[in-house]
Amino acid sequence: MTVYLLKRLAIALITLVLASMVVFAVLEIIPGDPARLMLGLNASADQVELLRNQMGLNAPLALRYLHWAGGLLSLDFGRSYTYSVPVIDLVRERVVVSLPLALIALALSTIIAIPVGLFSAGRHGRAGDTIAMGAAQLGVAVPNFWFALMLIYLFAVWLRLVPSGGFPGWSAGVWPALKSLILPAIALALPQAAILARVTRSALIEVLNEDYIRTARAKGLPFRAVLWRHALRNAMIPVLTILGLQFAFLLAGTIIIENVFYLPGLGRLVFQAITQRDLIVVESVVMLLVAAVIAVNLLVDLSYAVVDPRLRSRQ
Amino acid sequence: MSLLEIQRLSLSIGDTPILRDVELSVAPSEVMGLVGESGSGKSITALTVMRLLPWAARATGRVVFDGIDILAASEDQMCALRGDDIGMVFQEPMTALNPVKTIGEQVAEGIRWHTRASRADAEDRARKMLDRVGLPSAKFPLSRYPHELSGGQRQRVVIAIACALKPKLLIADEPTTALDVVLQAQILDLLRDLVAENRMGLLLISHDLAVVTEMADRITILRHGEVMEAGDTARTLSEQLHPYTRQLAQASMHVPARARAHEVGQDNPQLQAANPLLQVAKPLLQVESLTRDYPGRRKSLLKRAAPIRAVVDVSFSIDPGQSVALVGRSGCGKSTLARMVLALDGPTSGTIRFRDQVITGKSEAELKPARRDMQVVFQDPYGSFDPRQKVEKLVAEPLHVLGKKPTNAERREMVAKALHEVGLSPRDMDKYPHEFSGGQRQRLSIARAIITRPKLVVADEPVSALDVSIRAQILDLFAELNQKLGVAYLFITHDLTVARAITDQVMVMHDGKIVERGRTSDVLDHPQSEPAKALVTAAPDLHRAIARRLQEQG
Amino acid sequence: MTLRFDIPEENFADILVKAFTNRSFLTGFAITIVVAAVAIVSFFWTPFDVTRLIIADKTQAPSPAHWFGTDHFGRDILSMIMVGARNSIAVALVAVGIGMGVGVPLGAFAAARGGIVDEAVMRLNDLVFAFPALLSAIMITAIFGPGALNAIIAIGIFNIPVFARVARAGTLAIWPREFILAARAAGKGKTLITLEHVLPNIVTLLLVQGTIQFALGILAEAGLSYVGLGTQPPMPSWGRMLFDAQTRMVAAPWMAIFPGMAIVVTVLGLNLLGDGIADILDPKSRRQR
Repeated sequence: MTVYLLKRLAIALITLVLASMVVFAVLEIIPGDPARLMLGLNASADQVELLRNQMGLNAPLALRYLHWAGGLLSLDFGRSYTYSVPVIDLVRERVVVSLPLALIALALSTIIAIPVGLFSAGRHGRAGDTIAMGAAQLGVAVPNFWFALMLIYLFAVWLRLVPSGGFPGWSAGVWPALKSLILPAIALALPQAAILARVTRSALIEVLNEDYIRTARAKGLPFRAVLWRHALRNAMIPVLTILGLQFAFLLAGTIIIENVFYLPGLGRLVFQAITQRDLIVVESVVMLLVAAVIAVNLLVDLSYAVVDPRLRSRQ
Repeated sequence: MSLLEIQRLSLSIGDTPILRDVELSVAPSEVMGLVGESGSGKSITALTVMRLLPWAARATGRVVFDGIDILAASEDQMCALRGDDIGMVFQEPMTALNPVKTIGEQVAEGIRWHTRASRADAEDRARKMLDRVGLPSAKFPLSRYPHELSGGQRQRVVIAIACALKPKLLIADEPTTALDVVLQAQILDLLRDLVAENRMGLLLISHDLAVVTEMADRITILRHGEVMEAGDTARTLSEQLHPYTRQLAQASMHVPARARAHEVGQDNPQLQAANPLLQVAKPLLQVESLTRDYPGRRKSLLKRAAPIRAVVDVSFSIDPGQSVALVGRSGCGKSTLARMVLALDGPTSGTIRFRDQVITGKSEAELKPARRDMQVVFQDPYGSFDPRQKVEKLVAEPLHVLGKKPTNAERREMVAKALHEVGLSPRDMDKYPHEFSGGQRQRLSIARAIITRPKLVVADEPVSALDVSIRAQILDLFAELNQKLGVAYLFITHDLTVARAITDQVMVMHDGKIVERGRTSDVLDHPQSEPAKALVTAAPDLHRAIARRLQEQG
Repeated sequence: MTLRFDIPEENFADILVKAFTNRSFLTGFAITIVVAAVAIVSFFWTPFDVTRLIIADKTQAPSPAHWFGTDHFGRDILSMIMVGARNSIAVALVAVGIGMGVGVPLGAFAAARGGIVDEAVMRLNDLVFAFPALLSAIMITAIFGPGALNAIIAIGIFNIPVFARVARAGTLAIWPREFILAARAAGKGKTLITLEHVLPNIVTLLLVQGTIQFALGILAEAGLSYVGLGTQPPMPSWGRMLFDAQTRMVAAPWMAIFPGMAIVVTVLGLNLLGDGIADILDPKSRRQR
């Protein structure tokens, strides 16, 4: 068990370090001078030089990387050029939008997908299965931002049930804030739920063909009990894998969805920073999102060990 | 009054008929043996009794268990019967247990479900049952997971699950086919004892006539979904009235005709020294103190368990044209040894000399001449061919090692000749492997092995996946090629009848070491070492079984 | 990650028969053919010229003249969807090509070599998977400039580890088979075995993954164009059309509905096609006879 844990942890750390190098390098290899890129063509040479010093661009490469990485570790992400505030402050005020959004979407997708997968697998090949999987097939094909537009049209413009965009802030009360997150969360969750339901179903069907399912049936357990007690847990590994991958999708999805709904979240922050060429913000926020993905994948690896005793004892 | 009575059972899946008018009965505390080759419908018959058939199956006729009409029973009624009054044991112990649940949970589950016992009570009964099947609490606590158990131990757990509630009928579908002979004997003993203790009826399904004869009071022989013959085991098999019964029995005891066994004690150094003529024939293959270790499991970051010793200090030699069997229980290192001989795996230490050339530690290019003279036949007639290629390409594959590439026409001619030699038609060249039956595929496999005219063929369990009648034909083919081409065999098998049938010498392997070597008949009739004795005693033997049955009945 | 799959043992004729009785495959195949045909036709003919702006005709609702209505510049939506199709297909197809071309050799090689090579390739895969694909695509296109070419590269890079993973898992599943041992016993090297025995046997897996990535590529291109980093105007693209539609949702909902449906139908067709291929070639579906 400990060896498995340590190995996973080591891999996660290595990936994190490599990822930070990649992020750093990509912004280093930008054609032209980053400072000039940020300031635009009209900037004077003095302005550029000032910014270069501010960004520490005149130091040697390795030193700059270490400085930057060290800063990240102590949560010092530098100052945003466009907003003239520490990046950490920007992150702090944006994360309270993005994190709840991603979590609600993830929860919603899981709550919808697992029961649908169980339902479909239990009725493999029959009408209920065909209808559920037809719907899932459609769900997979829908781009979330278009789905978001349709939701806005239906619920905000037509039915006027929820705001069509914007975020009142948590200070305006939990309910108004949540209300403005409902549509974005649904838009993010449904296509993911469709994928997850398909994976759950096929994992269950695969497991239901295993010999031990027959052993359980021969014990006298009815099919439903076998599905819940024996099949579901064995089918969890592919489902967990997909859940981990979906977290990355959800993070990326927030970039577009937050744009559709004008939500002041991390995704919108990084998107705006990219278009405004605020490289310090881009670097830090991308690194933060990447770290989140790596952490979630580590969590998924650990949950494998909880589900499957074979991994626990593989010393 | 029968416990189980099957009358005129016919069954089809979709449009394919599987069973026709099958009749079968099992009385309390009786063992009924159901025998047949693959595709005869044995397993489907068992699944019909359990009502665990595929969706598309349609059954007609009558199946009555203990007064209950099984085919008409509701699903709830069936759930009440399964696991309580009827238990079932399956063929493949490695996959029959749920990998994420402890063995205690899995045995107790059925008990709790049927008796509504408390968790503690159910676990208590599960504990007793596991003790009974030979898994004592000291080594096998309830908290063990299936992957921590060996195949034989897992089969014991499956039996514990099936017998936990003392069922009236136990169905065992090939319960020992996946196990080696020693484990097979142990499991059969256990089943026999459980039947006697609980006055259970046992429906034992097997392809192995010898196993069934040792176990069953009565026997039903099935072929293509129809009952060929049924009756008292000893009488049916000694009289062999039905032609199919006779065919099966003869195939099970088949010994290929071999004009001349490769006699003379070449491996007796004294004799060799005495007779200078014999020294001329140099050994074809010489294995010297060969050892293969696999790294042990990592216990922590710095510590590893001791290495696993698959093959330990093995030395032997094979003469040209000699047929040698390598027998042993599963996991004894036979296959690892074979792979090293074939230069598919490298030894940890020791050397292998083939035709006086050292082949250990050589590059693929240096191995080419050796590869030409050394070929292989695998066990699985389905897995050993690339399904995407045609027979011509597959059989011609070893021609890759020839120094000069044959032209297309030459190649086709060589393939045609090889196919002819194994009893296939040259026209088969343009077919895909899936168009052949299991026995034919094994012929293809042999054709591929002899196309380069090798001096040595290593055959890894080449007939163990085949039905008995096909097995007899393939053994004949091996024997014939040995005579005709003078090719030497290293025959790896766990089946002593196979060794007896076509080898001159036998080597018994145990825990990575060769513990005994000698003439096949000597070793099999008078084994010296403990492992060899265990193998010989455990091996089912049809002659012996029939004789014993007749004797018991007077 | 382990993968278990059975190699179908059938020849081409059998597979064709099954293909034409499989509902998923037929539907998916038909949709894909229609979308491809529309894209090709758009090179020669569209109902209206998409490069000409006729402000007088702006934001007209669907009518017999303009089946799907017109946009804020008076361009015919149907014609724009037709031209957009070829753009989407081209971007996704080339991106799949990049992913397959680099990923498959990488994955097959890693699995055949094993050891440190395998470990290195897998860690590289982990690294790419750690970057949310769309986020990185946005970064790449933002840095190197927006446009279809950079979109292709960005999407293509993220296809590489996907194909590497599938090829690796497939190779690992094939490698222990006895026919590989037989080929090794015949003295064939790893490269030759990979070419002769491994690749032909995993081609179906790759085909299925290919259709999935093709569909995802179309979604990704639409996403990038929607945020203004993919195909640049005046070249019509489905994502860009949705962006233009967003602020006009109340007045001209058709501007959003039809391009979106075009994406849904195309992606649905490809996914059905992939499902169908997987069904046809999966011997498990046969085992239930």
